[in-house]
Amino acid sequence: MMNENVEQHNAHGGFPWKHVIGLILSLALTLIALWIVVSYSFSTTFTLASIIILAIFQALIQLLFFMHLNESKSRVWQIIAIGFGFFTAATVVVGSLWIMAYSL
Amino acid sequence: MSSVASNQSNKPYEPLEYSTEDGRLRILGFWIFLGAEIVLFSCLFATYLVVHSHTAGGPTSKELYDVKEFMIETFLLLISSFTCGLGTHELRRHNAKGIIIWLIITLLLGLGFIYMEVNEFVKYATEEGATVGRSAFLSGFFVLVGTHGAHVSLGILWMTSIIIQLAKRGVTAVTARKVFIVGLYWHFLDVVWIFIFTAVYLTGMVL
Repeated sequence: MMNENVEQHNAHGGFPWKHVIGLILSLALTLIALWIVVSYSFSTTFTLASIIILAIFQALIQLLFFMHLNESKSRVWQIIAIGFGFFTAATVVVGSLWIMAYSL
Repeated sequence: MSSVASNQSNKPYEPLEYSTEDGRLRILGFWIFLGAEIVLFSCLFATYLVVHSHTAGGPTSKELYDVKEFMIETFLLLISSFTCGLGTHELRRHNAKGIIIWLIITLLLGLGFIYMEVNEFVKYATEEGATVGRSAFLSGFFVLVGTHGAHVSLGILWMTSIIIQLAKRGVTAVTARKVFIVGLYWHFLDVVWIFIFTAVYLTGMVL
């Protein structure tokens, strides 16, 4: 019984491809974002929009590749908790900037 | 071999940290906590972004931020998130030694990050006169980045205590859940840093 369990776990725990791919993707996205900014060859709007999109992809990589967001039996509730957190965060940040843009 | 196969089809593979209802619910609870942390940080981000241009004649973000320094900080934290993930990978193999080794590497990278950040703060304060009270921009900056740094410092203490517990008790349903949750916390700090890297440092170079 014990042996079977160990075998089963080893079958699921070979080379950590998922983590290596996650690392390579996150390093690549970081460097692309840096290049877009320090090359100074794009408009401000394009630069800001693209680095924000890259950051969102990076966060998704962390959540899915490293944090195993969708593995538990309670995955639906985990996704609702974190999704609602991001929704509230986006509302607070975008809403504050939007309102304060008219404060002058 | 066939018994293993039938075992897998009857009962899907379930990691040890989810094996008890208690463990599974605590992990869910920690996700809810992380949702609340996202909201906490979002308030600090909103404040920083609103006051970003309010420098009161003091140093601006373009004058302060140094590409080389914040890139080193970013890579230290990104790679530590990866090594922490390898700790969780070893956890799935029930290999206590492997978990401890990867978590210690994670700790060292985390300490390197804190060292860089403290250096950065001290340099701003002593060489540029950029202290927390100098301008609204700098208050927003130090509170946002400092709160993240405080979280990383707490994470280092927490992870150290988990390593000690793991060395004493080995991989059990309880220690597995603890290793998994401290890993979640560490990856979450990297998620927050990605947004600091983007909204504070990179944006500060543009605007």
